[in-house]
Amino acid sequence: MEISVTVNGSVHTSDVEPRRLLVHHLRDDIGLTGTNVGCDTSSCGACTVLVDGESVKSCTMLAVQADGLEVTTIEGLADGATMHPVQAAFQEHHGLQCGFCTPGMVLAAVSLLEEHPNPSEQDVREGIEGNLCRCTGYHNIVKAVLAAAGGAS
Amino acid sequence: MSPVVGTRMVRKEDPVLLTGEGRFIDDLAIPGARWLAMVRSPYAHARITGIDASEALDLPGVTHVFTGADLRDAWTGPMPCAWPVTETMGNPEHFPVALDKACYVGDIVAVVVADSRYEAADAVGAVVVDYDPLEAVVDLEDSLADRVVIHDALGTNKSYDWALIPDQDAVDAAFASAAHTVKERYVQQRLIPAAMETRGVAVVPQPHGGEYTVFTATQIPHILKVMLAATAGVPEHKLRVVAPAVGGGFGSKLDVYAEELITLAVARELRVPARWTEGRAENGHATIHGRGQIQDMELAADADGKVTAVRVHLLADMGAYLQLITPGIPLLGAFLYHGLYDVPAYSFTCTGVFTNKTPTDAYRGAGRPEATYAIERAMDALARQMGIGPDEIRRRNFIPTDAFPYNSVGGLVFDSGDYAPNLAKALELARWDERKADQAARRAAGDTVEVGLGISTYVEMCGLAPSRVLASLNYGAGGWESAQVRVLPTGTVQVVTGATPHGQGHETSWSMLVADKLGVGTDDVEVLHSDTAISPLGMDTYGSRSLAVGGTAIVMAADQVVDKARAIAAHQLEVSEDDLTFADGVFTVAGSPDKELSIQALAFQAFTAHNLPDGMEPNLHGSVSWDPPNFVFPFGSHIAVVEIDTETGMVALVDYIAVDDCGNQVNPLIVEGQVHGGIAQGVAQALWEEAVYDEDGNLRNPSFLDYLVPTAAELPSFTLDHTTTPSPTNPMGAKGIGEAGTIASTPAVMNAIADALSGYGITDIAMPATPERVWQAIRASKGASA
Repeated sequence: MEISVTVNGSVHTSDVEPRRLLVHHLRDDIGLTGTNVGCDTSSCGACTVLVDGESVKSCTMLAVQADGLEVTTIEGLADGATMHPVQAAFQEHHGLQCGFCTPGMVLAAVSLLEEHPNPSEQDVREGIEGNLCRCTGYHNIVKAVLAAAGGAS
Repeated sequence: MSPVVGTRMVRKEDPVLLTGEGRFIDDLAIPGARWLAMVRSPYAHARITGIDASEALDLPGVTHVFTGADLRDAWTGPMPCAWPVTETMGNPEHFPVALDKACYVGDIVAVVVADSRYEAADAVGAVVVDYDPLEAVVDLEDSLADRVVIHDALGTNKSYDWALIPDQDAVDAAFASAAHTVKERYVQQRLIPAAMETRGVAVVPQPHGGEYTVFTATQIPHILKVMLAATAGVPEHKLRVVAPAVGGGFGSKLDVYAEELITLAVARELRVPARWTEGRAENGHATIHGRGQIQDMELAADADGKVTAVRVHLLADMGAYLQLITPGIPLLGAFLYHGLYDVPAYSFTCTGVFTNKTPTDAYRGAGRPEATYAIERAMDALARQMGIGPDEIRRRNFIPTDAFPYNSVGGLVFDSGDYAPNLAKALELARWDERKADQAARRAAGDTVEVGLGISTYVEMCGLAPSRVLASLNYGAGGWESAQVRVLPTGTVQVVTGATPHGQGHETSWSMLVADKLGVGTDDVEVLHSDTAISPLGMDTYGSRSLAVGGTAIVMAADQVVDKARAIAAHQLEVSEDDLTFADGVFTVAGSPDKELSIQALAFQAFTAHNLPDGMEPNLHGSVSWDPPNFVFPFGSHIAVVEIDTETGMVALVDYIAVDDCGNQVNPLIVEGQVHGGIAQGVAQALWEEAVYDEDGNLRNPSFLDYLVPTAAELPSFTLDHTTTPSPTNPMGAKGIGEAGTIASTPAVMNAIADALSGYGITDIAMPATPERVWQAIRASKGASA
């Protein structure tokens, strides 16, 4: 099927198998490998992207379902050389170690802060519970998201 | 220029990882690569009686299907086990693709090769394998009975018996004269390491040149290169192993895996690039598991609660085969079952047995979490028996501060320690007395939510490892680490290390070490690693060794650079080396302010080599391979606070206090991150995680749907502090911190649960302490008292 997806502001028109997952379309067809695959049950959130501004696990969505929609991946979040405030907060507060869950975690946090600009710690913990991290124990991720919220408000 | 070591410098690694520029194994573009998919046994124990690939070969994109017989000649020997713990250890032949028998669910029986990822996956189900199922051996004690023998050639399921008994008579005498004895059985359930990135391999051959580049998600590119040369029949000098960005390991990528050998064999056979990426449920089966032990733990103590002997026997689950260091994992804890207590008599014995389950191997802490769990639970049992507090029993038994360096009963020399003040700090941070009072008040008021407080004090041996000690344990390699420090002609610096980071922030920490030594900015230092063509010598990253061993090699190499630069400066400034002062990257001469040379200028002089001292080699670099004289022995005190809803059995971790001592800290920000993550993994063992097998050897929870890696919503923020007792073992005074959190936290939580349920007469819950188990225990205790 021919689909047309706007990814990080650029339109990509391709012919894809109907069963192709959005995450594989982004990674293998368009070459944006920042979006990672960490599981096969939509449990880990490593593949989280923004679809029309909402966080979506891109392994739960078929590429054909993204036809005509706007997708933001981690590669599209920074403003040129300047990282997004959430990215900067993750570095400042050591919110990542191996970095594999990080793109999905950052995008989930961006989406969370869109909906809850001033979250409590519990709001953050519940808001990112769809994204697993094995390195940080979440302590510094939560700290980073709260700091990004504080910086934004 | 003030020193950067000791500051909370943010990581250099982060911008790449935060923006999607990081390249993990599955991100690599490998033009023309064929995709592999593994056909795995659905039976835990079965003879393979036939394989029909014709249907699979008819599917679109499928080019080949290889069986074990097809690939048998691709390797010169079976899969390697580098740690034959005894001369007589049973080690069954284990080839990457099973030849005639599958020994666990997930054992590879055939390999599909296709043009694309999806086509390879499609074809797996079309390979028809005929099996003759056999009864599976799942339970450890049942395995020991040899009712069903897994490996015919061995004739038994026992792999080995290993003992550390310095003085049997002393142990017997201590138990005979003990005022108190404790005898407990603890079960270390199997855990799935669950690094967020699954494994993956890509092999790029150069068929006419005979060279192979192996990209793989590994912690050990250097060790892997040696092992591939030994088993794959490719000469070592024709192999290059590269670990790209690696998404966590925790020991699970400290191995030589069948898929690495298979992908290399296929690329070699077909003369094209080949690649494989593991799925998550596949990872549950195909990547090693951790723990898996039954521990029979005994203490003898005098009337004051002073422990006079520890006697422990382990029954350790090897799984179906011995992987790289499977049999040695229990031995890494063998010296630590007396914990940080001054115990004069000691007996450790271990029996390793095979089961029809995924092989076990190193998982964060590897042997030390198990040891710490046993002694810390047993110390609480002793305190309960004596009617004294868990803090008091520990204080009575700590190795006294003036005893360091301390010769342990197991034959180790604990390098430095100061335990009592560390515990005092943790108790204060936890508001121990206030919380105990609150606990009593809530109980008196009939609160259905019970509060529990648990202490775990630990010491561990890390910084693996002195090569001669490894030799005495029959380990097949050394424990040194290598480093090169080069000041390039234009004045920036490259550091080459044999350590192989996968989240630990080495690029940042090593830059800090070198920046201070050479008087340059951290941005002017680049750390190169994880590629055997760039860093040819190394022993890689595991066992909290990278700073204590690899960092020391770097510091020493940087010292060589300074020494060489000093000699050039003295020559060119026509002064004695003794007249030179080196600070902030510049050599100056006392009393002659016009005479100075920077390290960058000297690097250029060393590069042009126009004016060097007679006999000096050009270029400004240092190179060191360092073998540590001892382990390092970090320690600490962790306190868990839990609340248990006695009506539902739900356990909530409400607070967690950790006071660790890893000696001098290079970067406290990174140290804290290591502790946080370690705590989460150890807490998860106590409360949520277990690889559950049914009686037929089926793994019931291989995926993230049912294997409960904790989310942010289950964990609190942690309260951290530290004490600082420098190590005398290395020039930085540093000790490892990568595993400490995992080592300490599991018994802290389980002791807290026992404390919370003390009113019910419950002293133990099997791990993980699920709501059902807790609820059943409470219900049973009510039945017993009714």
